[in-house]
Amino acid sequence: MSNIYANSYLIIFVFLCLGVLLPIGALTAGRWLRPHVPSDAKATTYESGNNPFHDSRVQFQVRYYLFALLFVIFDIETVFLYPWAVVYDQLGLFALVEMIMFIVLLAIGLIYAWKKKVLRWM
Amino acid sequence: MMEQWLESTPSWSNIALFFGLGALLLAVVLAFVTYGILAERKVMGFMQGRIGPNQVGGRFGLLQTVADVLKLLLKEDTIPKAADRPLYVLAPIIAFVPSFMVLAVLPFTDAFRFADIGVGLLYYIAVSGLTTVGVVAGGWASNNKYALLGGMRAAAQMISYEIPLVMSALGVVLLAGSMNLVDIVAAQKDVWFIFAQPLAFLIFLIAAVAELNRTPFDLPEAESELVAGFHVEYSGFRWAFFMLAEYVYLFAMAALVTILFLGGWHPVAFLGWIPGAVWFALKFCVIVFVLIWFRATFPRVRADQLMEFAWKVLLPLSLVNIVLTAVVKAWFF
Repeated sequence: MSNIYANSYLIIFVFLCLGVLLPIGALTAGRWLRPHVPSDAKATTYESGNNPFHDSRVQFQVRYYLFALLFVIFDIETVFLYPWAVVYDQLGLFALVEMIMFIVLLAIGLIYAWKKKVLRWM
Repeated sequence: MMEQWLESTPSWSNIALFFGLGALLLAVVLAFVTYGILAERKVMGFMQGRIGPNQVGGRFGLLQTVADVLKLLLKEDTIPKAADRPLYVLAPIIAFVPSFMVLAVLPFTDAFRFADIGVGLLYYIAVSGLTTVGVVAGGWASNNKYALLGGMRAAAQMISYEIPLVMSALGVVLLAGSMNLVDIVAAQKDVWFIFAQPLAFLIFLIAAVAELNRTPFDLPEAESELVAGFHVEYSGFRWAFFMLAEYVYLFAMAALVTILFLGGWHPVAFLGWIPGAVWFALKFCVIVFVLIWFRATFPRVRADQLMEFAWKVLLPLSLVNIVLTAVVKAWFF
């Protein structure tokens, strides 16, 4: 049993190594094959033919962060729900009622966000 | 065979063996990507009344994608002066690595599979979420307005659709009582979960298309407004790795849908004499075809519709699906 566990994560580690090796290998091989003739015009930022002006890293709309916060909340909800779903058979009715209450509480949060117009994009 | 290797004591020879098998899978996936792209172009061509690639490699254009890849390999690699160089170089690798790592847990048949971990499904979802980091890093490091907008949009879309994706898969976990993908397939011996969880299947498929950034949810790379989204500044093989990650995810997602909802390698009724690998491949091809069909059929949705659809329609529906499944299971089983 513990061997399966160790070997499985060994496989995942091997996959990680392969995943890193392929881009490095391909890009290194490409370095020998591709031309390299840099010029100032090539190194400018592409802006549909206009001369690029000021930095592009400006202040960003707050809406993205609101969605990120909502994502964190509901992602944590799923982290709680997954173990519950796995052992659901052994837990009985009590766990079902508990979980329904938990889901309803978060659904109220979603409705609140909805009413506060957080979910509107434009 | 694989089980025997998994049970043996971890050693260097095991690592070498897994490395060889992993490289084999990598070759299979690269072959899939090559011919998946060709199939996509061909199928879309036929759907639009064209014939698609038909010049390179015979009448069917069999070497078209190979030629495209070789061309990309010979393209000059430019890094903009204004870009954040280390991050710019790193971003395609960050985007690609998780796409290959998720394949480690997918069981293709009962013999042809790799890691056997109890949290298989959770591992898939957690690791595939890391690609978002690569996409945002690419967009930010390019220091280009289009790229940054595309990257931010991609991140917003991917995190929004990850929630319904995860929540709809919960119905399957509830019925199977396990997150191990092998156990989930085993639980579908009699009834495939597409019949037990039709709502979850629909939500999962829609969210999967959005996670893959494919039409009708391809806003991050909306060609008509953002040029190409987060990879505007990328050229040559760095760009190829963003595309490769996308198509490896197509492979992984089609395999995951097959495993979760279409019964993996289980045969239909009385056709048990056909080997499981063929069944898996058939179901897998159906899903890939449906995804290509979507791309040829649906128009792109608007950015606000996209986000509101995830939070106002898919999320409540998937919550309802979880409660319904749990109640039905408590009542009848």
